[in-house]
Amino acid sequence: MSLELNAITKSFGALVANDGISLAVNDGEIHAILGENGAGKSTLMNIVYGLLQPDSGEIKVDGKVVTIHEPSDALAVGIGMVHQHFMLIPVFTVLENIVLGHESTSRVGKLKLSEARERLLKIASDFGFEIDPDALVENLPVGVQQRVEILKALVYEAKVLILDEPTAVLTPQETDELIEVMKRLRAQGTSIIFISHKLREVKAVADRITVIRRGKVVATAEPTATQEELAALMVGRPVNLMPDKNAPKIGDPILVVKNLEILDPSGRTLVSDVNFEVCAGEVLAIAGVQGNGQSELAEAMVNLQSHVRGSISLSGVEIVGKSVHESLHEGIAFVPESRELDGLIGSFSIAENLILDTHREAPYTRGFVLSPAAVAARGAEQAKEFDIRFQSIQDPVSSLSGGNKQKVVVARELSRPVKLLVASQPTRGLDVGSIEFVHERILAERDAGRAVLLFSTELDEVVALADRIAVMYAGKILAIVDSTVSREELGLLMAGVKK
Amino acid sequence: MKKVWTRIAGSALLPFLSFLLAFIISGFFIAFSDATVLKNIGHPGKFITSALSTVGNAYLALFQGSIFDPNLTAGHGFMRGFYPLSETIVTATPLILTGLAVALAFQSGLFNIGAQGQFIFGAIGASYVGFHFTFTPVLHVILAIVAGVLCAAIYGGIVGLLKARTGAHEVIVTIMLNYIAGFFILWILKTTAFLRPRRIDPIAPEVNPSAQLPHLAGENFRLHAGILIALVAAYFVWWVLNRTTVGFQFRAVGANASAAKTAGISVSKVTIWTMSLCGALAGLGGAVHVLGSQYALTADIGGSFGFDAITVALLGRAKPFGTVLAALLFGALRTGGRTMQSNTTTPLDIVLVIQALIVLFIASPTLVRFIFKVKNLKTNAAMTAKGWNG
Repeated sequence: MSLELNAITKSFGALVANDGISLAVNDGEIHAILGENGAGKSTLMNIVYGLLQPDSGEIKVDGKVVTIHEPSDALAVGIGMVHQHFMLIPVFTVLENIVLGHESTSRVGKLKLSEARERLLKIASDFGFEIDPDALVENLPVGVQQRVEILKALVYEAKVLILDEPTAVLTPQETDELIEVMKRLRAQGTSIIFISHKLREVKAVADRITVIRRGKVVATAEPTATQEELAALMVGRPVNLMPDKNAPKIGDPILVVKNLEILDPSGRTLVSDVNFEVCAGEVLAIAGVQGNGQSELAEAMVNLQSHVRGSISLSGVEIVGKSVHESLHEGIAFVPESRELDGLIGSFSIAENLILDTHREAPYTRGFVLSPAAVAARGAEQAKEFDIRFQSIQDPVSSLSGGNKQKVVVARELSRPVKLLVASQPTRGLDVGSIEFVHERILAERDAGRAVLLFSTELDEVVALADRIAVMYAGKILAIVDSTVSREELGLLMAGVKK
Repeated sequence: MKKVWTRIAGSALLPFLSFLLAFIISGFFIAFSDATVLKNIGHPGKFITSALSTVGNAYLALFQGSIFDPNLTAGHGFMRGFYPLSETIVTATPLILTGLAVALAFQSGLFNIGAQGQFIFGAIGASYVGFHFTFTPVLHVILAIVAGVLCAAIYGGIVGLLKARTGAHEVIVTIMLNYIAGFFILWILKTTAFLRPRRIDPIAPEVNPSAQLPHLAGENFRLHAGILIALVAAYFVWWVLNRTTVGFQFRAVGANASAAKTAGISVSKVTIWTMSLCGALAGLGGAVHVLGSQYALTADIGGSFGFDAITVALLGRAKPFGTVLAALLFGALRTGGRTMQSNTTTPLDIVLVIQALIVLFIASPTLVRFIFKVKNLKTNAAMTAKGWNG
């Protein structure tokens, strides 16, 4: 089935999210849509799937104009979508999730699942999926959950499948498996729209690539294009994908973590047996698939976790047991995983967010009276140093773009005297330009003789920045390896396989 | 300057429209609860005129009972006509202070249902120092107020302490503490320390004249210095929130507790401080109520000042000056309602209907937006929800 979009335009107030976008997806083609966060990819797909209505433009399926007012219209013409965040009910079985919304019942209201079961098993075997229809979704690995989502679309006869950032939650191995699944679907005649900003995957699987920038189609590229070419199209200027790294000048150990154990409030072990050192002038990256204890470990560095045993020592000073404020002022800069939730106060001004940690110090406070003028002056200074772009320093920080928000967090954390930088997923959700900035800044801190502890699930980022890599799996550090290790070996470690 | 005004107009639009809607709808209630109007239901013309005159009379009485009543001027001079306004302010004064106690808590992300209990403790403390000791006038007033404020600050601080140390939810704790305060005052009024000599009903002695707040407009009006204290308190709350380090922390925790925590702000300390300060404000309300207009402590001294405070703070959008305006409005409704009840056939309960409708509309901005077709209505729904999530 072919899908054609003609001059789709959609604006939200003054913002034109999609500006006359046209593209064609051919029968049995994997068509990648590449673009930065905020380029308009999701808006476009939500229009195709009926979650949003375009201001103008038309959608054609097999050459015929269709109107899609809601997802059920999209399903009716054969368009299915797998969202980035799964739309599954964890406590239901696979089969129950698949019939959800299309349940057939007997007269007294009893669910009739047998037909659906046969249909599911047939489709699974047609496409070569192995799936247990009676398994509870919450017990399945993320990669399998994603396959349930895909099956759900296939059961309702989707001929065009939209996959929205499907690899964001997967391990490298699961990503490889997904790529195999996509190729198999293509062989069976299903067209796929693959949305991503990961250049490597797009190149690996796409037949054609449409690049979107600021709501417009800027180019259609072949998968033979280099990553640098694709990135330049995406950003609109040449970008440096691999930051230039100087040879490390390793100093004394700054951070020494011994026998660290983190429990949740109910006493369950989240992290255990963690031992490592980070030296001055070195980046230690903690890699791993999301949810293997990295978030907790990162928080424990500044005592944001309350049930911690063992020792974290910073230049000989024990950190465990101190307050968050004391830990930060011992010389730790902390860039939290979620800047929206933990890094910034959305309704506070940019200036106020820049002094969130130091607001009780002079010159921002005299006695206990705040000086808004001093706060604003400091904000302006830091904004200049870190190239934060805004209209007014008094605007709420929530009005900034993701990249500028992260610059506010980084600027604030690096404004204190710092020995150790703990950065947790520092480039998540950022555009390529901001990623470049954050990477350069992290390496600058390392070259200035600070210890850097980087938590990242992005393999590319880990390889680009780290001097050594520790891989976390199931709450433990599985191995600490040199950054020259192969991607395959890293991928296996992340999946919990140790040679 | 123009920007400031548009901002104020923007944030006052929802309360104003809610207010308007509440009065329109209450008009129907007034009309349909009136026997004469209902008798005319068969004759459309008569029905409409009688309905309009009933509603008109009721609202006129409400105005006369709360702001200015020309009937009172006869023989006493023009100024006497403002007697109802004085009464409105006297009723509003404690409400401003309890309203601030709730508003401040909202600003730090806490839902203080306990203004009632804190108010009662403030009244007890102020009353005791007021009748038991004798000092020079100004000093006595100050000491009595300090006593009330301290009692209530501790009472509020208990809530903060429990929440910070054990995670107990402030809504549950404050509700329980309201009961305790209610029964505590019943008990303490029967002890020899508090019971007025030669009385068996629960009432304490009147506070000594040296501890009474001075009247502001002569002996004919009950208007007392409490309103000045309340206005200063409102300014103080604004100043603390916007110009001090603690206030910065209060707002930070209220707006995003986990980001505040990550930046090294102690959420427990903020919780304890906030609740103590809220207690102090509500206690100030109790003290002012006793020393300014009641003089003697009774078991029902608290009235519903602590509960109406929640509505007042919501209506004032948890802003200090909004809370002052909302409290004045509620004071007017309450005093005017009494005149309305005695001068017309409309019962006092209609005031409750108006209050309830105002809250209903404030809590459903989508509905107000739909009715008035306004697009950019500023809402503050997070404020109402936060108390339960925290």
